[in-house]
Amino acid sequence: MIRPASPSTVHDNPFMKPMEWVSLALLAAVIFLVLPLCLDAFRLNLAGKYLSYAFVALGLVICWGFGGILSLGQGVFFGLGGYCMAMYLKLEASSVENTKIQSTPGIPDFMDWNQITALPWFWKPFASLPFTLIAVIVVPALFAFVVGTAMFRRRVGGTYFAIITQAIAAILTILIVGQQGYTGGINGITDLRTLNGWDIRTDSAHNILYFVNGALLVACILFAQYVKRSKLGRILVAMRDKEDRVRFSGYSVAGFKTFAFCLAAVFAAIGGAMFTLQVGFMSPSFVGIVPSIEMVIYAAVGGRLSLFGAVWGTLLVNWAKTTFSESFPELWLFGLGGLFILVVLAFPNGLAGIYRTYVEPRLTRRAKAPESAPTALPHAAE
Amino acid sequence: MNAALLPSHPIGADPAEKDFLLAVEALTVSFDGFKAVNDVSFYVDPNEIRVIIGPNGAGKTTVLDLICGRTKASSGSITYKGQELTKLSESAIVQAGVGRKFQTPSIYDDLTVFENLEISYPRGRSVLGALTFKRDAAVRDRIEEVAGMIFLKDHLAERAEFLSHGQKQWLEIGMLLIQDPELLMLDEPVAGMSVGERIKTAELLNRIIVGRSVLVIEHDMKFVEDIAHRVTVLHQGKVLSEGSMERVKNDPKVIEVYLGH
Repeated sequence: MIRPASPSTVHDNPFMKPMEWVSLALLAAVIFLVLPLCLDAFRLNLAGKYLSYAFVALGLVICWGFGGILSLGQGVFFGLGGYCMAMYLKLEASSVENTKIQSTPGIPDFMDWNQITALPWFWKPFASLPFTLIAVIVVPALFAFVVGTAMFRRRVGGTYFAIITQAIAAILTILIVGQQGYTGGINGITDLRTLNGWDIRTDSAHNILYFVNGALLVACILFAQYVKRSKLGRILVAMRDKEDRVRFSGYSVAGFKTFAFCLAAVFAAIGGAMFTLQVGFMSPSFVGIVPSIEMVIYAAVGGRLSLFGAVWGTLLVNWAKTTFSESFPELWLFGLGGLFILVVLAFPNGLAGIYRTYVEPRLTRRAKAPESAPTALPHAAE
Repeated sequence: MNAALLPSHPIGADPAEKDFLLAVEALTVSFDGFKAVNDVSFYVDPNEIRVIIGPNGAGKTTVLDLICGRTKASSGSITYKGQELTKLSESAIVQAGVGRKFQTPSIYDDLTVFENLEISYPRGRSVLGALTFKRDAAVRDRIEEVAGMIFLKDHLAERAEFLSHGQKQWLEIGMLLIQDPELLMLDEPVAGMSVGERIKTAELLNRIIVGRSVLVIEHDMKFVEDIAHRVTVLHQGKVLSEGSMERVKNDPKVIEVYLGH
């Protein structure tokens, strides 16, 4: 990442280095050209679903890779974003004429089955699309802010933080499943139809949503890149290394950790909302412990220090999951666990680390043949 | 000024209190009943290099921890420029002008020397400020200036991990210098340094003293003699002796517990 430079480039802090522009162009080409041209409508929708997980992995790179804060509960934020969007879509699908066979027309079907006769107060604002779009961002951000402030102020970190986030994921799942009448329970919120009158179930809608999802992902990558190259990004890395030194350099460590956690939450929530739109439902199976850990594996496989690596890791793991779970459904989870152990033990910096250690030096050597600059690889923190 | 003139009435009322940069009074901290620091009082003048010495476990590092807010005092007060530090958060204490160097070099291995110094530059310390921080000419010039002072001008682009032990110590001193603190606290700044590096460090400390006070913990007596204006000897959490190096060296109590060995 940082190699000895000539004195004139010591102070340069470009938005992206040339190789990063190449990575971005490559990723954009795959998302916007290669996949849409090579895949049929069903597979492209599947790819769009995978890419919605990439938002979570991207947030984990900032939070875990740079900041050293491992959250095993990112499914919570993915779920909050997804549920906010699903509530809006469900209300739109539950118009009085669509639900006239219910005992209480005009409310979501699962509420009617659970003998609820009026729309609960917290569902009401979700009739508005602008409110929903704001809520998709603000609800998870606020929740992450409360959790983050409570934990980081008390200097809860490392393993304890990871365990608490995991507990939150478990609690939220139990809450959603238990409050069936308000949340749709274990089935989640299903039978979503239109977004502000536009049918999201058609192939053409899936196609458009795929591109919207891709554009949002690139926007999030660019924002993450902005954070990474700002002083804040370097403070996150510094904190991972020597938290006390940062604290005694006049920074409120808790504030910076909370920011990283909130940003990761917002990214995850955008992914969750796009997931709901593309897949057409949201359920607690995307909120709990297992999906949360899977999301960490995406980032670990791709490389927790690389924004682009996280996206590739997500695509690769999900492609492998689909392929292998179609053939060996009962073995897949063991495969996933094995993959995680392999990555952590052998390639702690994931795919991006392999690329930086083995591929990039060859590319640069070929580019500037006589120069043999030693490449320094950032070490992964514990 | 000496200890007999100390203000016994409330801080802020006595003009004499202005003379001290740092006043530590009746400071006590107990860990599960064990008093690591017990009723310690001392006063540091502006532009003074004060060295704290004492055997292992005397409470030297704990005193620095208490001043910079890393450990909360059980009782007593720490007044810095008329401001009570025991009630402030760590970052507020730094922003008030107190800088602290740790015993083992505490630098950011994954960042370059330039970036290490930049993080300590006293601007953009809030989340938003850090996000919008611009690496402008003022920042660069100051970093180059400090890098020159700490003998690292040619290493700015290097990752801090690859510096030698002595260079890491200097880098951390540089990170404090860039904060421009009025009170600089150094915990064993020459531990593990070569003779040549020690001489350079003493020279560095004598140079940066202008306009600030330095509180140093050190075991190396030769180094202490080179730099100290005054010495405070701690023993079992209490002040055993205080004064010039000459006086302390000849104090029978000090000889008995410490220097005589």
